[in-house]
Amino acid sequence: MSLPESSAVATPTLDVRNLCTSFYTRAGVLPAVRDVSLRVQPGRVLGLVGESGSGKSVTGFSILGLVDAPGRISGGQVLFKGRDLTGLSPAQLRDLQGNRIAMIFQDPMMTLNPVLRVDTQMIEAVRAHRPLSKRDAREHAARTLALMGIPSPEERLRAYPHQLSGGMRQRVAIAIALLHSPDLIIADEPTTALDVTIQAQILSEVQKLVREHGTSLIWITHDLSVVAGLADDVAVMYAGRIVEQGSVDDVLDRPQHPYTQGLIDSLPSRNRRGQRLRQIPGMAPDLLSMPAGCAFAARCSRASHLCAEDPPLRDVGPGQTVRCFHPGAADAQ
Amino acid sequence: MRSEQIPLIELNQVSKTFGKPTPDHSVQRLLQRLQLSRAKPVTHAVDRVDLRIHRGEVVGLVGESGCGKSTLGRMVAGLLPVSSGTASVDGKSLDSLTAEERHAVRLKVQMIFQDPSSSLNPRLRVDRIVGEGALLHGLTDKAGFDDYVSAQLQRAGLSQQFRQRYPHQFSGGQRQRIGIARALAVQPELLVCDESVAALDVSIQAQILNLFMDLRDELSLTYLFISHDLGVVEHLCDRVVVMYLGRVVESASVDDLFARANHPYTQALLAQIPRFDVRSTRYDAIKGEIPSPLNPPAGCHFHPRCPHAMARCREEVPVLREVSPNHLSACHLNEQ
Repeated sequence: MSLPESSAVATPTLDVRNLCTSFYTRAGVLPAVRDVSLRVQPGRVLGLVGESGSGKSVTGFSILGLVDAPGRISGGQVLFKGRDLTGLSPAQLRDLQGNRIAMIFQDPMMTLNPVLRVDTQMIEAVRAHRPLSKRDAREHAARTLALMGIPSPEERLRAYPHQLSGGMRQRVAIAIALLHSPDLIIADEPTTALDVTIQAQILSEVQKLVREHGTSLIWITHDLSVVAGLADDVAVMYAGRIVEQGSVDDVLDRPQHPYTQGLIDSLPSRNRRGQRLRQIPGMAPDLLSMPAGCAFAARCSRASHLCAEDPPLRDVGPGQTVRCFHPGAADAQ
Repeated sequence: MRSEQIPLIELNQVSKTFGKPTPDHSVQRLLQRLQLSRAKPVTHAVDRVDLRIHRGEVVGLVGESGCGKSTLGRMVAGLLPVSSGTASVDGKSLDSLTAEERHAVRLKVQMIFQDPSSSLNPRLRVDRIVGEGALLHGLTDKAGFDDYVSAQLQRAGLSQQFRQRYPHQFSGGQRQRIGIARALAVQPELLVCDESVAALDVSIQAQILNLFMDLRDELSLTYLFISHDLGVVEHLCDRVVVMYLGRVVESASVDDLFARANHPYTQALLAQIPRFDVRSTRYDAIKGEIPSPLNPPAGCHFHPRCPHAMARCREEVPVLREVSPNHLSACHLNEQ
């Protein structure tokens, strides 16, 4: 599968192979990410979808080397432009973090220091990776804020984070992520806590930037509707594994995995108004005591004796893979 | 017809302000002139709102954060006193009731909160959380307590074996069910659901919404459903009220509102929802953010963000008018 270095066009920005991340807690080993493989090409947007506890955020953290003890990457490779990140020293990683790869968090206050003004933080972030004078760094910061559609950027630079609204804070956090025009941005639910109007504004800015700069973007979310409007490809996670992956049109219009189908069917907009919603029975399994075989089997209407074993990833169409023994379109209703 | 019935809840020109205006006397004025004291800011969280909820109706209340929808919901539930205006339950004004009567009226309206973990006492077992209110109000006695609690839990879709557990032993969806069981235990007629499914995963959200719909049929409940998720509101509600910065800007039946939104704010809000069946959307955002309620713009609160704003909008507050039967909207454009 590995491609020669010369064919730079075909080298994906990010190629995650069989990534495993576990947390070694007192209560036992918690396999948060199990055997996850992903590829993101330049200028493409991958939506990483899953419910809470599915391992989507830990996958994002693992790519950037941000998993803290007791967590550890226990297997697999993270190839960023062909270079494996899992073996890098902390200093080598720091060179990439915030520079070539950036992360946006759900809560902008995780990015922003509450006791420093915005300009102090942005200048520091610019100068961490580029030898610029403070004045040039400040100018660059103001330009990046303007790029994110922030009105009167000079004024915002002098503000403290608490003086900004939630939507404005998230834009500043995104602007900081964009300072060095990274090749890859990992966005972990950045619009979940915002109003629809603010969410739409931020989505439109992000979309424009990705198109113009050829940045690769991983958008982690639980909201299928956001993925439908924003992403090119989508990967659906359940209990630490990717259960279905493919282009947005294939996966959302012709879902093959019963979990993906269940998720789509439970959206209110996919149901007749006022009728009972189709729901997935039960709840996600406890990662500390995972059942053997398919993790979804206990909630699945198609489960059979086969599902007591781990289902392999299989191709169901060009570029669409599913981890299920009984893939297929939803039963006729 | 409905309009002749006495509404279950009726709010008349209800306002809620936070922060007391500084007393206006000579010493205070002198201090202010010497800049030793400043006038305290007053927030108009809810500004002269009329709201009628009829028995059996599901009313959706939508708007951005900070628009006053939660404050209004809390006033309906009697958790916050109104600053001005009147609130009536079953045609009786709350002011005219004795303390004892008010106690009984309050029971009719119960609230279900957004965050199921912070609205449950972590140190109480589930049976006390669910049954304490009913015991206090004499809806059950010590002898029948266990059976009563079990029945409430079962109705909310929980096993009665959970009675002796603590809230932290449950998942988010189950905790929300405990909150529902607690509300149902005092046999209310109206449930005020404040973002009750916002914190839940999609598959769990569907389970809780189904529970709400089943309970509506089973117990003929009335709902005030506060949400920023228009998809959920469209699915569940009969009528929708849209708020912006403390005022109601539009109110209509669900069909009318989603098909023929009249107010520019409602139109913008509807255009912003990410839709599952629309791919590679180009988001055309409405400009700006919701202004601070401490210092709202004059005239129509929406005019700084409105694409159709005229000179009149900056000066005169538009009133709610009927634009078609049972469809109210507050916009100057309708009078041209």
